[in-house]
Amino acid sequence: MEKLKLALYWAASCGGCEIAVLDLGERILDLAAIADIVFWPVALDFKYRDVETLPDNSIDVCLFNGGVRTSENEHMARLLRAKSKVLVAFGSCAHLGGIPGLANVTNRAGVFDVVYRDTASTVNGDGLQPQPVCQVPEGELRIPRFYNSVRPLGQVVPVDYYQPGCPPDTEQIWNVVQAIAGARLPTPGSVVGASDKTLCDECDRIKEEKKVKQFYHISEIVPDPKRCLLEQGVVCCGPATRGGCGQRCLNANMPCRGCYGPAPGVADQGAKLISAISSVLDSEDPREIDRTLSKIGDPLGTFYRFSFPSSLMARARVQEPPMVAAPSSLMAGARVSQP
Amino acid sequence: MNRVTIDPITRLEGHGKIEIFLDGDGEVANAYFQIPELRGFEAFCRGRHVEEMPRITTRICGVCPEAHHMASAKTLDDVYKVEPPSAAKKLRELLYSAFYVGDHTTHFYALGGPDFVVGPDAPAAERNVLGVVAKVGLDLGKAVINQRLQCQEAVAILGGKAVHPVSAIAGGVSKPITEPERRRLEEIARASVEFGKLSLKLFDQIVLANKAYVDMILDEPYSLQTYYMGLVDEQNRVNFYDGKLRVVDPQGRQLAKFSASEYLQHIGEHVEPWTYLKFPYLKSVGWKGLVEGADNGIYRVAPLARLNAAEGMATPLAQAEYERMYDILGGQRVHATLATHWARLIELLYAAERMLELATDPEITSREVRTLPTAKPREGFGVVEAPRGTLIHHYVTDDRGLLQKVNLIVGTGHNYAAICLSIRKAAQALLRAGQPIDEGMLNRVEMAYRAYDPCFGCATHALPGAAPLVLSVYDAQGQLIKSVARC
Amino acid sequence: MATEFKPKIVGFLCNWCAYSGADMAGTARTSYPPLVRIVRVMCSGRVDPTFVLKAFREGADGVIVAGCHPGDCHYTAGNLKTMRRAALLRQLLAQLGIEKERFRLEWVSASEGSKWAHVVQEMVDALTPLGPLNWKGMLASTEEPTAEPGVEVPVAAATGSSR
Repeated sequence: MEKLKLALYWAASCGGCEIAVLDLGERILDLAAIADIVFWPVALDFKYRDVETLPDNSIDVCLFNGGVRTSENEHMARLLRAKSKVLVAFGSCAHLGGIPGLANVTNRAGVFDVVYRDTASTVNGDGLQPQPVCQVPEGELRIPRFYNSVRPLGQVVPVDYYQPGCPPDTEQIWNVVQAIAGARLPTPGSVVGASDKTLCDECDRIKEEKKVKQFYHISEIVPDPKRCLLEQGVVCCGPATRGGCGQRCLNANMPCRGCYGPAPGVADQGAKLISAISSVLDSEDPREIDRTLSKIGDPLGTFYRFSFPSSLMARARVQEPPMVAAPSSLMAGARVSQP
Repeated sequence: MNRVTIDPITRLEGHGKIEIFLDGDGEVANAYFQIPELRGFEAFCRGRHVEEMPRITTRICGVCPEAHHMASAKTLDDVYKVEPPSAAKKLRELLYSAFYVGDHTTHFYALGGPDFVVGPDAPAAERNVLGVVAKVGLDLGKAVINQRLQCQEAVAILGGKAVHPVSAIAGGVSKPITEPERRRLEEIARASVEFGKLSLKLFDQIVLANKAYVDMILDEPYSLQTYYMGLVDEQNRVNFYDGKLRVVDPQGRQLAKFSASEYLQHIGEHVEPWTYLKFPYLKSVGWKGLVEGADNGIYRVAPLARLNAAEGMATPLAQAEYERMYDILGGQRVHATLATHWARLIELLYAAERMLELATDPEITSREVRTLPTAKPREGFGVVEAPRGTLIHHYVTDDRGLLQKVNLIVGTGHNYAAICLSIRKAAQALLRAGQPIDEGMLNRVEMAYRAYDPCFGCATHALPGAAPLVLSVYDAQGQLIKSVARC
Repeated sequence: MATEFKPKIVGFLCNWCAYSGADMAGTARTSYPPLVRIVRVMCSGRVDPTFVLKAFREGADGVIVAGCHPGDCHYTAGNLKTMRRAALLRQLLAQLGIEKERFRLEWVSASEGSKWAHVVQEMVDALTPLGPLNWKGMLASTEEPTAEPGVEVPVAAATGSSR
């Protein structure tokens, strides 16, 4: 049987998905037995030009991790879509936007203003900022353009499968590799390497009744390791998050933060979590409700931790001139954008 | 003016490209090392709850998430003015030591090491981990894979997950370990010490016994006189997890020794418009541009710098190797950038010894792993040594704990100016007028940065994304005269 | 005044109280701005925060959720669930940069036709100076022109052969 041509690529990625693949250990050699890895920058030498000169659809499967943040990321997304029969959005960033997707609370100007001016150790009296094209004494230098928004892979090119996780669980990676090898992939558009139910369904903690009087941040409570965290007042995103991760965080006594993305049938992970978390609150007094829920502090960053760019709203509205505002003014609704 | 483009650079974590400009005589006039990516954690972490930072900042880098995890947790301890119990600190440091062994293993065998083991002029197809395996044998190759895997297993036992661990929190860690877990960790630690010894022996046999390699290590193009910075304990011995930052000048004289909370007095970051990465420098000396010299505040971090900034190692086997390295390479301080590979292996051994010390510490299975904070959050500083350099986290919150400001100075970022200098120096020495520019030559230029084990994902709190490397040479009319592709 | 902005408001009204109340405003011929697109739900507790976000996403300038007064819910406590969800949703909307005037949770009984009219008038008055939300337009304006293949990538300039 002819070997599969396999490619792995990282766009706006932290490298964790690559490490998750390397953590296959000696099974990498089994992988190499069924597939020729034609492209994997972190581990093997490859040439850009080699990819560009490949015929279209000549790569059998491309595992693409990382979101689209710059013009170079976009270029590679389009290139690899053209060259690959099957394109898999691999890991939270490619699937949903990931944690770097939280940058959609602001835009390019907002990011640059903080990074190159408003950080404690930055010394930049000339107000310099990176430019896509820059003249230096010897000539011209170029860097890719930083876009206003982060996009998951599926908002840039059509995607065949999604493998969730930050990073995807290594055993699940192995399952997907074997499914690819055995030509047992499901309907295109599916999520692979994960369960069809929520994390709560696979979590083995004792679940009784959820009636919470108060929410706790992690450092404020020593939770019972055997009972549901949400029942103990610790915000856990399990109720609206797809399972299949092996409840690794729960086993370390830490709550889920939703990296496997929305459960099947959920259009917007954050909206569903708002519903789920507020419904466990045991109160009917409006003031008490407000006070208790305000304790959570950062609904956007907690409920859309990995999925903000893929959410219904996709980004926040930024006032001009852009400013990454302090949270207290946000809560008071004081930031009013003019149309 | 002619130019030579290297894009992307390879066998590192992250994304970069090199533009080399030749003057009218065909000599290298200047070299620019550009970092083309940024994510902006300092911006989008504003508004997040500070307690979530140990799990948000890990996503700066999936190769060294443990470093951010620990720096962040320590910063939280400071934000809440809370002291973790002794067992919790040991559990954190144990996780950290296990990570160090695995990470240094990966770099030496898969990233930087191949240049020595297979040789800098070997065909590109062999200059990678597979070439190393072919040279040293499949058994050793599998041993490397398994060593890495065991270290990941250790991190997962302690931290929940190997990639993006979760257990370090404000005031301690989220769970203790059981006795069976401790026994497994001890087993891994013992194997790691043996592996550390083996790796140093290998370095001896393959590198130090080869005069050409030793000459290359000591060769002037790869030498750079800079200040050095690293975290040290009370006795000025290298410590990855805690201590004070010590800065020494090229002769080893102490310039400063300060705690994390004082970093702003010492470190500033300079901006250039041709790259997304900022250039940290020593404020007391000042930024004089990308030039070498003791009147310029450029400094280096990471293995060689750490050993230079310290007076010794805290564990016996590593200390013996430390003394040996300085004996053989001579001098108070070693400026030979390529010696970083050696320093890295000495650190690997130290981390393994430290791992064993902690795994056999009677307190390590204690159930007392949490101190609950009582103070309101305000501001905190945390520093650890990441494998690739000093890592500083600095958070300012409101009294609800929501972040108002975040500052991160990350590992490779401290080395950015030095890497630029190293590349330029190597390019100027190696790419001479009239000589053909081939792949081996190109690789020797790249060796100048590879020794730093750079992690640009971290440095730019940005995204790595290795692209292929293409070297293009244009004549004065801008016509392409030669193109060399390398991986 | 030049083209006067007329806010598009989406209203989720519960069948038993609020919808009947709005109906009553109609039968009483109460005059109020005809700017609410009403969606009848059986209970305000049926309103998933997803509906509210979807309304904003699809062009609503304002969203009202109206149900029975606490204690009067036809299904006992559905409106209390809505009250809790709305509290968290409001915090999220603020973080998204959506002004607080654009979302309202109101209790309107079957006999409170005039209250309904009043609520709508108040909301229109508050939204008019804010202008359209135009979420899709905002998204489109932050997009970059598509990168031409090869433009930003240095490799495109290299035409020589590989090694």
